[in-house]
Amino acid sequence: MSEHETNRQLEQDSVREVMEAMMTYPGKADAGDTVLFCDARPKVEKPYRGIIEKFLNWARANSLWVLGFGTGCGAIELRPLMTSRYDASRFGVAGRPTPRQASVFIIGGYASVKTLKRIIRSYEQMQNPKFVIGLGSCTINGGMYWDSYNTINRLDHYIPVDVYVTGCMPRPEAILAGFVKLQELIRAGKAEKANEYAENFDWYKANQKKIIKNWDMPDYSW
Amino acid sequence: MEVNLPLKIAYAALSLFIALNYGLLLTSTVARIRARVQGRIGIRIFQPYLDIIKNNAKRTSITHGVMFYLGPVFRIAGGVGTFLFIPMIYDSVMFSNFSFSGDVLLVVYFIFFGQLGMALGAGEGGHPYSAIGVSRGLAQMTAFEVPFTLSIIALAVQYNTLSISEIVSAQQGGIMSWSLFTNPLATAAAIIAFLGMSMHNPFSVVMAPQEIPIGPPTEYHSNYLGMLQTNRAIFNAAKLLLYMNLFFGGAVNLPIMIVKTFLLYMINVVVGVSFPRFRVEQSIRFFLGIPTVIGLLGLLTVIW
Repeated sequence: MSEHETNRQLEQDSVREVMEAMMTYPGKADAGDTVLFCDARPKVEKPYRGIIEKFLNWARANSLWVLGFGTGCGAIELRPLMTSRYDASRFGVAGRPTPRQASVFIIGGYASVKTLKRIIRSYEQMQNPKFVIGLGSCTINGGMYWDSYNTINRLDHYIPVDVYVTGCMPRPEAILAGFVKLQELIRAGKAEKANEYAENFDWYKANQKKIIKNWDMPDYSW
Repeated sequence: MEVNLPLKIAYAALSLFIALNYGLLLTSTVARIRARVQGRIGIRIFQPYLDIIKNNAKRTSITHGVMFYLGPVFRIAGGVGTFLFIPMIYDSVMFSNFSFSGDVLLVVYFIFFGQLGMALGAGEGGHPYSAIGVSRGLAQMTAFEVPFTLSIIALAVQYNTLSISEIVSAQQGGIMSWSLFTNPLATAAAIIAFLGMSMHNPFSVVMAPQEIPIGPPTEYHSNYLGMLQTNRAIFNAAKLLLYMNLFFGGAVNLPIMIVKTFLLYMINVVVGVSFPRFRVEQSIRFFLGIPTVIGLLGLLTVIW
């Protein structure tokens, strides 16, 4: 190894040390582990009981803010929803450009490996309670991409899904029906998939890492 | 009329409650009217309430630091502070809030205060879109403050007072004694600044949801966002009340207040649906151009 290369190696090592020191935060249970900044596991957040939770669920069901992230070709069917022909806003549906503020994540059709990475990060950045609608047959069994080399087949192996809307492509009416179904589930208190994700976190993570080979992000990006 | 302090606080809380509900209902009513114009049904009339309840009922929220917490607190303090010093109804014991002899200055300051706090908080969120939104927002605000302040100074000189209540009382006695007719130039400058203040088109680039997701509050979620939404309703009502008091003769009872502020709000809406969006440097150039000249002329007519 030449002197130049040794120097470069040393430089890289020190940069890595500084980076790791920056990314470690105190208070983590097992000391010595390098933990990325936003790498705490999700927790199960217990819902309230009785009439309070019923009331809150009613509000949640009638204020569905959709994350405006077109993950597949099905996203083209979401645009007409806001037009005068379908007018999803009468159901309390509104678009939201940031995952932080959104409560519904619509996976618009096929999810390629590259997009899956973004889907996971965006999903984890949404706040509990959060709901997922899988759009089109691609999210159910891969659809016409079932033997493709770079798309996943079953979405609910990677993130929990509340409602599937079948079709290739589903019409906007079908998506509206999906919203209504989701509202029923929320009102009945059956849309607790964010907690399910926290409970089965290891299983979901293992599945995700099986698909995403170059895992270069935190394990849980809240 | 002397009113003891606890009663005064109770009255202020009541008028704050009315302003909050009025602001929320105004938003949804206008959204519904706009939807009908577009041939849609539109959101439910109580949709803003549901959104606020839902956001406050989110079970998790994350923070980026102390300033991130304080951003929405500053914002809502600015909104409530602005409101509390504007008399809602002229010569009413119940709805005159904490109006005092120098309240115009304080209100002008409070309008700026919330934005600055929000800018600090959003900056700590660390999202680049927040930073872009903040810089655009502050730049645009600095620009529209010029015609706004010029018209406020013009009114202060014209009525020889810094009290909103006295400005209102000077305008009593018929429509022709409103500032709208006694000083049309200052009113025009202030109304143009008002368009920028309420961030409808063409001055909506700060919150531009297409290019910079939602602007400064990009990182705000859950109860932080609930707080910001509550503030938006109060602040909206406060600004409308301020303009009604300064330029349109105030209100002697609640129905008149509602009619006047609703019509004032419709100026924004009509302009908003009729024009495309300015870029931020275009809006700065716009505010520092003709509106500033109008404001200066308004001031000069008063001085001479």
